[in-house]
Amino acid sequence: MKVTLIVNGSPVETDVNAGDTLLDTLRRLGFTSVKDGCANGDCGTCAVLVDGRAVTSCLMFAGQAEDRTITTLEGLGRAGEALHPLQQALLDAGGVQCGYCIPGMILTAADLITHHPNPTRSEIESYLAGNLCRCTGYVKQVEAIERAAEVLQETDHG
Amino acid sequence: MADKFAVVGHSEHRVDGRALITGAPVFVDDLPAPTGMLHIALLRSPYAHARIRSIDTAGAEAIPGVALVLDHRNTPERRYTTAGQGYPEPSPYDARMFDTKVRFVGDRVAAVAAETAEQASEALDAIAVEYDVLDPVLSIDEAIAAGAPVIHDEDDSLDIWDAERNIAAHVVAVAGDIRAGLDESDVVVEVVTETQYAQHAPLEPHAVTSYFDENRRLVIVSSTQVPFHVRRIIGRLLDVPVHRIRVIKPRIGGGFGVKQEVLIEDLAALTTLRTGRSARFVYSRQEEFISSRTRHPMRVGVELGALEDGTIHAVKMEVLSNTGAYGTHSLTVLSNVGSKTLPMYNSADHVRFSGDAVYTNLPVGGAYRGYGASQGVFALETAVDRLAARLGMDALELRLRNHIRAGETSPVFRALGEGREGVDQIINSCGLEECIRIGAERIGWDDKRALRHREGSWVHGVGMSIHMQGSGIPLIDMAAATIKMNDDGSFNLLIGATDLGTGSDTVLGQIAAEVLGVPLEMIVVTSSDTDTTPFDVGAYASSTTYVSGNAVERAALDVSGQIMEVAVAVLGADYETLELEGGCITAPDGTSTTLADVAIRSLYGQDQRQIAATHSFVPEESPPPFLASFCEAAVDEDTGRVEIVKYVAVVDCGTAINPRLAEGQVEGAIANGIGYALFEELLFEADGRPQTPDYGRYKIPSALDMPPLDVVLVDSYEPTGPMGAKSVSEIGINAPIPSIANAIHDATGVWMTTAPFTPERVWRAMQAV
Repeated sequence: MKVTLIVNGSPVETDVNAGDTLLDTLRRLGFTSVKDGCANGDCGTCAVLVDGRAVTSCLMFAGQAEDRTITTLEGLGRAGEALHPLQQALLDAGGVQCGYCIPGMILTAADLITHHPNPTRSEIESYLAGNLCRCTGYVKQVEAIERAAEVLQETDHG
Repeated sequence: MADKFAVVGHSEHRVDGRALITGAPVFVDDLPAPTGMLHIALLRSPYAHARIRSIDTAGAEAIPGVALVLDHRNTPERRYTTAGQGYPEPSPYDARMFDTKVRFVGDRVAAVAAETAEQASEALDAIAVEYDVLDPVLSIDEAIAAGAPVIHDEDDSLDIWDAERNIAAHVVAVAGDIRAGLDESDVVVEVVTETQYAQHAPLEPHAVTSYFDENRRLVIVSSTQVPFHVRRIIGRLLDVPVHRIRVIKPRIGGGFGVKQEVLIEDLAALTTLRTGRSARFVYSRQEEFISSRTRHPMRVGVELGALEDGTIHAVKMEVLSNTGAYGTHSLTVLSNVGSKTLPMYNSADHVRFSGDAVYTNLPVGGAYRGYGASQGVFALETAVDRLAARLGMDALELRLRNHIRAGETSPVFRALGEGREGVDQIINSCGLEECIRIGAERIGWDDKRALRHREGSWVHGVGMSIHMQGSGIPLIDMAAATIKMNDDGSFNLLIGATDLGTGSDTVLGQIAAEVLGVPLEMIVVTSSDTDTTPFDVGAYASSTTYVSGNAVERAALDVSGQIMEVAVAVLGADYETLELEGGCITAPDGTSTTLADVAIRSLYGQDQRQIAATHSFVPEESPPPFLASFCEAAVDEDTGRVEIVKYVAVVDCGTAINPRLAEGQVEGAIANGIGYALFEELLFEADGRPQTPDYGRYKIPSALDMPPLDVVLVDSYEPTGPMGAKSVSEIGINAPIPSIANAIHDATGVWMTTAPFTPERVWRAMQAV
């Protein structure tokens, strides 16, 4: 069947089978920042924003995303453009090691900051609990998200 | 520290940071699929121990889209090891690509390559296999029992220590006279610890793509830590000359040792060789847990003898390691249980280390960050706390009294290396005493130890442990680096070294930039391509910063010398008086020339030549980094649940080339170690089937599981290291088990001897007191 997904602001029409997940469909369409770390909803590397909320795309059928607004990391920091404050803060803090968890981590953090512009440390940790990272111990990632929230607040109020 | 250097010692952004932070397609499975790519799927054994009586693949071959089915009848029979180690590998050649016998649930039976992943997986179901099921061996005790089933009963395996008795590897190392040493001791304590099956669980599972290039050379793009070992091992296994193979490592999503194995490259490569087509294989998460590699579970016994004044006089360590179905890294991990722990207590004149690595019908042990030290130090460092308790001494004071210091050596360095005798070495740099003092202050040792602060049913305690690792394998590891100069005064740095996410491309780039007097952006780093970068054994044994870093420093010094020669001609000043800094070479009279001018002159002007150099480095010693670890734990007496209240890790890694990356290594290793200490465990059914092959059931720490973690790097300088650096990547993972065990004892009086310290285990231990 054909479905239309709105990915990073542009409508994309594609053929899917009934059982195709949003994860598989997005990767097939070339949005490879969306990672397949477990295909079981456990690791969060496939997280994307669906209508602004972070969703594990391995647990959503492509058909369920019909006409919904999907944001992948490709839509957050476009090549050649300035980095999103979350990306800049992660880079500055040294919060990136292998980088495999980073797309899902950033999108989850983007959801957090949108809905909780002043997140506490424990809110950040709770939000990130579904995004596994084996490299960093999360220390610098949590710091980076705190910093990015501050930067966004300053920008909004400045 | 940063003052001494312009680039080194500064937390530069990663050279691959932009790609990673924007989610660019840089991992194996993200790279565009070569035309007509086949997808591989693997049929795995449902039995722990069985012979394959017959296998019928006709049904699979008839499925549309299936291009190739591989099993033991049409694949090379030669024995090899999947361990990506230096040649000749110190692991037994006890594996075949496909064997007539399966030795664990998850062992290879057959593989299918098909047009689509769905067709490949459908074809697996159409393969009919008849098994003669054998009695499985599912524990260390069963493996060494008299009359145990023999797991490796084949006659063509090589270098198994004693196949009849299921012993893959055996080690004995002696210094002094242990019997006399223990007899002379006023106090002797004994401890036996057990550690569990654990898995690396990198977020990116193993992935490989292979294809023929336009000249029909075999190209293997792999998520590997050891591209040059992959090339050699695949070449030998599949009878392809090395010059017909190119191995490329793109970005990889974590390794931690599990990608030091040549696990799946052979399947893709043979598919390409047989069909002429490109092929990709990506492990599922379940395959990553079951059919990959694990940390060797071990039983480690330690006897520690001390004189009345607290001098540790004798140490005996006996190890039984479970290497699973194959002996990859069995000998060397076993050796490191002692060699990366015992030298810490060099006050002991009498040391005896012995151990066996035994086969079982369970998943295969391999290299895992810590590499044996993690298992050994649980026994050693909890024995030290027991000794302190017996002597009535503070555990911290006992360690300060006995630990190794700069200018000292240990007889263990020579007696025990990696699978063979070791190399004498004197410790040049050791900040351990400072690490201990800083850590004690930050955790509040004097205020909290032995006080058993109570809040409701929760009782608090603090524990500590001390640690060492190495920096590469002396006289075995080799790394090379090439640097060449470009028109604009920038440089290409070509290194075989393998960045698994650690940041080694950045660290090695910083070393080159420092020597060449340029900012990091003027160093273009290319790594891990067997066609274009010089040899490097790869990323393991905490080697890259020290071994590859020394090669980079040498190459950079050579290139800087060549630049100076040009500058001498241009400026007419003496070589010795010139200074290279900030992209300029300046003479004492103030005249100067830029690197770009030097480059243009040598490429296009006079005395034309490419300014470039290649240098190699083989370490003669393996300077240990040191770490003092402290934790405050709270134990719920009602449930046995352990919460880490605060964790402090203070590290001497020599010069931290990039402090933020170095801290990140320690933070990540401590996190992994906390998971290993408290909840990570692969569990099995009574017939050997794994119970926990996914992140849901094999829990790794999330952000919510992490305590406040304080990592401190102390000022230290290793004279043999590049810019004073030692290693930092592995050491942290060893710390949580003994520190938490000692904290649990401080809180409850219970000695935990079996990891992980789950609520049930802790609760049961408390009831038994």
